Amino acid sequence: MAAAIIEIEGLTKDYPSGFWRKRWKRSLDQLTLQVKDGEIFGFLGPNGAGKTTTLKLLMGLIFPTSGTARIRGRSIEDVAMHGEIGYLPEHPYFYDYLTARELLDYYARFSDYGAAERNARVETFLKRVGLASAGNVQLRKFSKGMLQRVGIAQAILHDPKVVFLDEPMSGLDPVGRREVRDIILELKQQGKTVFFSTHILSDAEMLCDRVGVLVGGKLQGVGSPREMVDVEVQSMEIIFELPKDRPLPSRLSDQAKEAGGRYRIAVSEAEVYAAIEQLRGCDARILSMAPVRPTLEDYFIRLVGRERAATHEQEEVLR
Amino acid sequence: MNALPGAVAINTFREAVRDRVLYNLIFFALLMIGASILVGQISIGIDRMVIVNLGLSAISLIGLVMAIFIGVSLVSKEIEKRTLYSLLARPIHRWQFLAGKYAGLLLTLVVNTAFMTVGLAGALFYVGRPFVRGDLTILIAIYFILLELALVTAISLFFSCYSSPMLSTLFTVGVFITGVFAQDIRQAGDLSKSAAVEFITRVIYYLVPNFHNFNVIAAAAHGEAVPFGLVWQNTLYTAIYVVLVLLGATAIFSGRDLK
Repeated sequence: MAAAIIEIEGLTKDYPSGFWRKRWKRSLDQLTLQVKDGEIFGFLGPNGAGKTTTLKLLMGLIFPTSGTARIRGRSIEDVAMHGEIGYLPEHPYFYDYLTARELLDYYARFSDYGAAERNARVETFLKRVGLASAGNVQLRKFSKGMLQRVGIAQAILHDPKVVFLDEPMSGLDPVGRREVRDIILELKQQGKTVFFSTHILSDAEMLCDRVGVLVGGKLQGVGSPREMVDVEVQSMEIIFELPKDRPLPSRLSDQAKEAGGRYRIAVSEAEVYAAIEQLRGCDARILSMAPVRPTLEDYFIRLVGRERAATHEQEEVLR
Repeated sequence: MNALPGAVAINTFREAVRDRVLYNLIFFALLMIGASILVGQISIGIDRMVIVNLGLSAISLIGLVMAIFIGVSLVSKEIEKRTLYSLLARPIHRWQFLAGKYAGLLLTLVVNTAFMTVGLAGALFYVGRPFVRGDLTILIAIYFILLELALVTAISLFFSCYSSPMLSTLFTVGVFITGVFAQDIRQAGDLSKSAAVEFITRVIYYLVPNFHNFNVIAAAAHGEAVPFGLVWQNTLYTAIYVVLVLLGATAIFSGRDLK
């Protein structure tokens, strides 16, 4: 079994709120978590769940109210440890008066590279994120997707052992998302550990060895994506086309939705074969059939509901 | 380790150099120096004095505007724009970041002042005055302006560590004005009959930087010599004051959450 490379123990963060009467709002509550060496770990949760807070705590940008964390056996307070990690912040913004090449050169200066190696690395990583031809363009002229790519390049150009990415697919078009996914998988192949936060379940499903789900600052569960969503299959979605002038079978007409000449129905697992029989009867061409899992929203709403119910019960007991 | 503040300093310098506002300010200063030639021409016999007076005042004023307005956003802008996040995730201490930002702005001010000094020398050359030994005081006056800017930059950086640019500007300008009149404030306290007022004015006098000693523009304009002891005194005073202010800024910034 791989050793834990990120060890978080009881990490808690309270933020002050209110101007005159200071109150404390808990953003992260007793987070205890271990991430193994070489795995891709997805940190899931709705907006405001505490994902970014966790990453900022690990990066030393904010300080914990209580709890500790270690990366590769070294405390997060150890500044020298930061040479072994890479970080892409959420909605990255960089010095827009610099070109992509100058920015990467600037970040490379924080590692002990000589000028020749620094230049070589900058060129390699510009190419790796598909920005070789835009290296001399000032960042103020970059699109959001290009900024995300240059952000990833700065996070990995010093060959870190652990890479933290905060919502790396945010704001990217499908091509950009695919490229980022490929980079994350490449990092895993190189034996690096990737810890990334997202609120998009499909990203996590495709990439992660394990995921942790955070709701309301509390960790709700940790496991492989399959463990967490497979049991949740609600129905089967069938997409099909009908020959011209063939009407939809009456039993399916209530639930079928048509768009662009294609029909889509969702039936329970028990009704799948009956539905296929009916479609066959009207010479329908089945284009796809796939299990329908709850959306992340459904998943989180249920978790949030559970969390609220537990809190309510606790309050009742205290009364 | 020392390379890290250097990298931050060069980047800060590059940011200032690529900002058009800087060029507008330099242009304005050179315009003021140029205008001093015209004023000098109608001031028969005292053209040199007018040019030196107006020229040095322009260099000081533009330097102060830059030190305050760039200084107050040195840290807050990095937090607000979140450019600091990916930087502090690197193996760099917060004090190294602050030292780099400070050095970067100081470098900008030195280069800017050098440009304007060349402009002033050009204006003196244009009016056909030969350079004399007394002109050394002009260089001392420029050196004192730089020391003054070093102090103001440290103060604006200090406020920038915990306050918004607008409040930081108010605080820095307030400290600067108090510092210019520090001696008068102390004298007013000494003249008052209240022990409390005297105590408060003395505290203010020792707390704010005493800018009065840095202003030798009038002496330079009149070609009077400046005691060499004052050069050492001001240099030492600036070095100690800047180190203390930067230590204070580090203490505040090191414990600050970057939300």
